[in-house]
Amino acid sequence: MIQLIHVSKDFGGAKKALSDISVEIPDGEFVFLIGPTGAGKTTLIKLITREVSPTEGQVVVDGEDIATIPESQLFLLRRKVGMVFQDLKLLMDRTVFENIAVGMEVLGKTPEEIEKGVTDVLGLVELSDKAQLFPIQLSQGEKQRIALARAIVAGPTILLADEPTGNLDPETSEDILEILKEVNKMGTTIIVVTHNAQIVDTHKKRTITLKAGELVSDEVKGKYQFTKRAHHEGKREHKEERKDHEKED
Amino acid sequence: MKKKTNSLWTHIRRSPYQSIAAVLTMFITFLLGGIFLLTTGVSFAILQYFESKPQLTVFFLEKAGKPEADTLTATLDATGKIASTKFVSKEEALAIYKEQNKNDPLLLEMVTADILPASLEVTAKDPRFLAELEPVIKKADGVEEVVFQKDVVDALLSWTNAIRNVGGVLAGLLGIDSLLIIMTVIGMKIALKKEEIDILKLIGASPWYIRKPFVVEGGLYGLVGSFGAWLIIMSMILLFRSSLVSFLGSIPIIQSMLGNMLSTNSLMVSVGFFMTMLISGFLLGAIGSLVSLGRYIKL
Repeated sequence: MIQLIHVSKDFGGAKKALSDISVEIPDGEFVFLIGPTGAGKTTLIKLITREVSPTEGQVVVDGEDIATIPESQLFLLRRKVGMVFQDLKLLMDRTVFENIAVGMEVLGKTPEEIEKGVTDVLGLVELSDKAQLFPIQLSQGEKQRIALARAIVAGPTILLADEPTGNLDPETSEDILEILKEVNKMGTTIIVVTHNAQIVDTHKKRTITLKAGELVSDEVKGKYQFTKRAHHEGKREHKEERKDHEKED
Repeated sequence: MKKKTNSLWTHIRRSPYQSIAAVLTMFITFLLGGIFLLTTGVSFAILQYFESKPQLTVFFLEKAGKPEADTLTATLDATGKIASTKFVSKEEALAIYKEQNKNDPLLLEMVTADILPASLEVTAKDPRFLAELEPVIKKADGVEEVVFQKDVVDALLSWTNAIRNVGGVLAGLLGIDSLLIIMTVIGMKIALKKEEIDILKLIGASPWYIRKPFVVEGGLYGLVGSFGAWLIIMSMILLFRSSLVSFLGSIPIIQSMLGNMLSTNSLMVSVGFFMTMLISGFLLGAIGSLVSLGRYIKL
């Protein structure tokens, strides 16, 4: 269970990145987190991995206030919470196999376990034939799938995916969503940050909507509520906010 | 799996010049450190040897001998400050000389018992009594010269102290230098892998998982450097063994070790020296890496 209790995050700009957010996500749930650019979606999932800490409020994962976890023990939280990063964060000098294997190596798994785990997950993301290629040799969709494979190979109980379908065609996006649903069926809590209206509307999962750092709606079978215009406005606000930050710096 | 993703070899291969610099610095440090360690050990053995010898030797005039020695012994015994005395006749002196120079016939050719003086080796109950006994001995009949072992020991002690101080300071400075070089090399490697380290932290790598390759790499530089130094030192000992034996062979412990390099004592010392060099090499490298890790990445 993930609980955000009156969470606010202020980076020191004109507006708070997140303002008084309270959300509960039970185990095994599949959630879309949507909102225009600059709404605070990425900040919210970074709070769950403690990449950033809240200015106010509490983030509780499996009953533990993660602010109380000592720095030296933070890796235990991050083993529990898998992450597909927006910029993928692949290791460009390692093969597909090695990129995925590192997710198990950090857990101290034996080479046999790693071999089996990586082979299985390569099958799941349909990249078995590309195991020895390097990321630079792959398409964007294939890279997305490696990032996803690395996140799920370690068997996290929570999986956060930040724009996993960004820049992908509808068909590939749908493939990624199907993989995430497969993982969810195994009991993993999934939070998908997305701008992809089609997948939100198609899959009809719980949808949490943020706008300008505030919780706008939380629907059990939500749909995408933002028009292109809202996105552009969001982007413009976000840019202005970034300019403010830069001026302050 | 074709290779371990966190490969140590990859770390080293990607910056070979820094790696060579680190190994060479370690090599020089441990070469000098090892030589210093052995010199200190040998000096200690020499000192012990001289300290175990009689504290004072009285050499008699050419014509003097046993009667003068007996008279002097009686005089010294009467003071109550003498632990033991031992008379060494001209013939015995010749036998000792022959034994010491048995490998050098040239030195034996011209020497007869007549040109070697008889002597009396004196050990006092307390070395402090020697100064009081000296005037008594010098006044005795037939005495030509009195040699204090203390003088030899003092001279040796001042030399060994000088070696110890200069060597210690030099080894210390080189140790610090090595530590700084390792810290710099590892620091550069950490900077090169900063992005990878950040990714590893985000996917749940423990601090030790991130630190281990750097610590092992630093340790390996120390290990290779100290092994090279050990190899050179042992080669030099083997190369100059016969010269060392003829120069220092009168000292039993050195004779027993260099005389037979396969003896238990010799092997134990060699293995001990080998282990000391390698363990301290590894530790110095690993500590350098740990300091660098603490400085450049917060885990």
